[in-house]
Amino acid sequence: MTAVTSTSPATPPSTTGASGVSSAQRRKRRITPARIALHIVLMTAALGWLAPVLLAVYASLRPYADTAAHGYLSWPERLTFDYYIQVWQDAELPRYFFNTLIVTVPAVIIILFLASFVAYAIARVRLPGARVLLVLFTAGNLLPPQVLITPLYVLYNKLPLPWWISDSMSLYDSYLGLIAIHVAFQLGFCVFVLANYMRQIPTEITEAALVDGAGLWKRYLTVTLPLARPALAALATLEFTWIYNDFLWALVLMSSGDKLPITSALNNLRGQFFTDYNLLAAGAVLVALPTIIVFNLLQKQFIAGLTLGANKG
Amino acid sequence: MSPFPSSRFPHPHPHPTQFGVPVLSRRGLLRGAAVGTGALGLSGLLSACGERPADENTVTFGSNQSDPVPREALAQVVATFEEESDLTVEVNTVDHNTFQENINRYLQGTPDDVFTWFAGYRMQFFAAQGLLTPISDVWEDIGDQYSDAMRDQSTGEDGEQYFVPFYYYPWAMFYRPSVWAERGYTPPTTFDEYIALCDRMRADGLVPIAFGNEDGWPAMGTFDYLNMRINGYEFHAALMRGEESWEDPAVREVFATWAELLPYCQEGANGRIWQDAAQALVNGEAGMYLLGMFVGQQFPDDQRDDLDFFPFPEINPEHGQGAVEAPIDGFLISAEARNVDGAKELLRFLASAEAQELYLASDPNNIAANSTADTSNYSAMQNKAVELVSNATHISQFMDRDTRPDFASTVMIPSLQQFINDPSDIDGLLRQIEEQKQSIFDDE
Amino acid sequence: MTTTPLAPSAGATTSSDGPPSGSRRARRVRRLGPRDITVLAVLLGAALVLDLALVWGPTVASITLSFTDWNGISDLRWVGTENYQDIVSTYPPFQRAVRNNVLWLAFLALVATPLGLLFAVLLDREIRFTRFYQSAFYLPVVLSLAIVGFIAQLVYARDYGALNALLGRENNPIDWLGDPDINIWAVLGAAGWRHVGYVMILYLAGLKAVDPSLKEAAAIDGASEVQTFFRVTLPTMRPINIIVLVITVIEGLRAFDIVYAINNGRNGLELLSVLVTENIVGEASRIGFGSALAVILLVIALGFIVTYLVQILREDRR
Repeated sequence: MTAVTSTSPATPPSTTGASGVSSAQRRKRRITPARIALHIVLMTAALGWLAPVLLAVYASLRPYADTAAHGYLSWPERLTFDYYIQVWQDAELPRYFFNTLIVTVPAVIIILFLASFVAYAIARVRLPGARVLLVLFTAGNLLPPQVLITPLYVLYNKLPLPWWISDSMSLYDSYLGLIAIHVAFQLGFCVFVLANYMRQIPTEITEAALVDGAGLWKRYLTVTLPLARPALAALATLEFTWIYNDFLWALVLMSSGDKLPITSALNNLRGQFFTDYNLLAAGAVLVALPTIIVFNLLQKQFIAGLTLGANKG
Repeated sequence: MSPFPSSRFPHPHPHPTQFGVPVLSRRGLLRGAAVGTGALGLSGLLSACGERPADENTVTFGSNQSDPVPREALAQVVATFEEESDLTVEVNTVDHNTFQENINRYLQGTPDDVFTWFAGYRMQFFAAQGLLTPISDVWEDIGDQYSDAMRDQSTGEDGEQYFVPFYYYPWAMFYRPSVWAERGYTPPTTFDEYIALCDRMRADGLVPIAFGNEDGWPAMGTFDYLNMRINGYEFHAALMRGEESWEDPAVREVFATWAELLPYCQEGANGRIWQDAAQALVNGEAGMYLLGMFVGQQFPDDQRDDLDFFPFPEINPEHGQGAVEAPIDGFLISAEARNVDGAKELLRFLASAEAQELYLASDPNNIAANSTADTSNYSAMQNKAVELVSNATHISQFMDRDTRPDFASTVMIPSLQQFINDPSDIDGLLRQIEEQKQSIFDDE
Repeated sequence: MTTTPLAPSAGATTSSDGPPSGSRRARRVRRLGPRDITVLAVLLGAALVLDLALVWGPTVASITLSFTDWNGISDLRWVGTENYQDIVSTYPPFQRAVRNNVLWLAFLALVATPLGLLFAVLLDREIRFTRFYQSAFYLPVVLSLAIVGFIAQLVYARDYGALNALLGRENNPIDWLGDPDINIWAVLGAAGWRHVGYVMILYLAGLKAVDPSLKEAAAIDGASEVQTFFRVTLPTMRPINIIVLVITVIEGLRAFDIVYAINNGRNGLELLSVLVTENIVGEASRIGFGSALAVILLVIALGFIVTYLVQILREDRR
């Protein structure tokens, strides 16, 4: 089934570009019954997908006593934003959000940087042992994270750090430790995706623009990396979401409550026994917003980036 | 394979025209890196600001009271202590769940001087591992304000005290007096009366016993009471310590009795959280509910007076109703404490009636552990709870505090859920429990 | 469908797929200077050190721990293979967990992944509202543990949940979360709800990159839309297919948070990852026993990765 892979160099841009534009425009103008049916199907599915989330938002606007007494699918006695105000104040969201950023932003950047370089080395440089590297990184990502916990904890406790990096004087209970494990653990998946992606970039493209003798670093930075932008944007979205929502590593590698990430701010809304689930829903909705924003920002990047390549001359 | 000659198709991915578009410039990347480094540097700085001064005037305090109301109440207690002493208290608050899951790593890492924990086996286990500082000298000062039962629950296997009790919450059968008055029910004291009441409730269209066990732990309360009523506290405690066999006929009888009760319980308990079960009580759909006093939190504020309880009925007259399940929460000093003297001073204060009254002012679902605490502000139910516990012959701590935590969570929760799903194969279930118990308790 | 890319390649051509050293020109450009080697050594070295020290090292240590009895505090005690024997013979949740993991993997691969692909194909037609549709399908992916657990309660709770109310079964409710014969399906619904979004977004990116002229050429040759999709579009998305496959396997093996949020993975919702967590992370601290469970999960994961890598190597050699 791979018969379509090309034996010839990439077709010159003009041909495909022109046909891409014309076909896109043709398709846009048509309004057919089939198209209406498609919208009906998609709209139904999309609303079905959104329904549980909307239900959660709806619950977050109702007092707990109301939903507890009448069920979650019932008419509201009243709707109020009180829970959102309460969450913002009680759960100290800004502080925990900041904690999360301290971990997430550097981690995503380092992961993408290291992974793209490793992927580049594996996919584009004739390296002895490139396969072994790929196996090592990819397989590492398939490991269940729980398998690492105990030894990692012992290791972190024993690695001393100066006080100005970590007040616990060790990697345990430090942001640096958290960033390190995120980088190490997510590296595999990103290397795998990027190596796969870079292998698909025709060699001719990368070389056409190069003056012979450009260094490896320069080829990586100015040629391959820009070409991998869609994959990087997709990975940035996924990694941001994963690290943002992570609770396992913070749970086992941190002990100071005021350093914990935002997932723990949500847990602060749970009592020892009783939990006001509607309040928790309000908190969870607020906490989900950054990931939704990041998705929307990067969605444009990776999908538009690719569309640009396919449709415009 | 394909009907299409391959040469016609250009390489699809990615498109050549994309080349040359400066999508991720070096500058962009450098800026990103700078942000990254900046954040790292910032985190370092922040940590530097939070550097613990290891001086004698500071006590660090690890608290799991993370939800807003208790956290605020505890903050007031701490503020009062700081006023009355020369010490500063640094509170490190971690949410309940994280704190509990993390406790082993916490105690071996960089624990705070004083931290919140539970009485009973769950405390003794850490004491035996050398992770706690004994505080028998503190108990010499505070001992006369606590009952013997409280002292027992604060004492390690080596006879030293380790724990300062703060408050407790008894488990009992809760009901709504208004619903009962309407139908003329009265609290049963024996098991026969209890069953008769269940029959009446069922005839009246009520679910006799509310039951929710999705989280796995609530059913432990039912087992504990049945076992203590049928076989007595001593047997129960020994069973929890792993010293009795789960295949003992005595244990079998507990499950057989429970199987008789199950038809009166709300169906589908394993798919219901306790809050939904409590709601059945609030809504007047269920007649009674075996739970801790925290059940009151499910009641809307204006209905909290319409809640009362009676002790779990007697089954074997030899054991009566004397044993009460009343988990105690309190404080410990870690073995790694940097300021042991300061920590003990803090514990003395937390043990005082003053501190506990201050804390409980915002919390009507617990009882002060100090027996000299002022009860004049208590609700009728709190006063009744004081009476229940002070007349108790024995106080148990709840299964997950009276036995090894690994046994409770990895063996007993699944087993009790299995029993609730299918109460018919008690022998098979008990064999399963005993096998796993042996492999867990074996290693001591 | 997703296994297509793993099938041995029948085509004779691999030049763009293979190592980029195919042309003579490439060989000339790619000679490495000392500076190149330094860059490689530093950056590859950093990545390798992190990976070895924080991932592989601890993994090997865990394998060792799986032959011990240890609670994290007291002294290590060697017990040989006792943990493994106990898991198989006296630990009832284990078999249910294996069954559920297999079910999970099969459901994601056979139901959720194709559905995600279908959504991607439908959304690839430059229709209106496409961003709305995309966001709607992707939304579940970004939700955290807390809200997923809450939503599960909201929808599936027996007495006050939305689903029983919608089905009009208030008086004869289905116990979606409590009945061990039903709850795994309810949870798989939730897992699929999330997985579809991942797959859709990856395929969407992949589809956008497929050159339209390919499809047009196929259409000219008289292929129907469905034929074109299966014979042209899908095979050209080979890199995405593999990524989706790997994500599906990862999600199937690492499945964790939904059941953990609902009932800590008990009563019919056992999964290997949850059993490991419960034994190692929590207060229980049965580290040896939990490590043995983790090693079993590891062996299963390695089974998949080895299969995949053998495939890759075989293709490369061609």
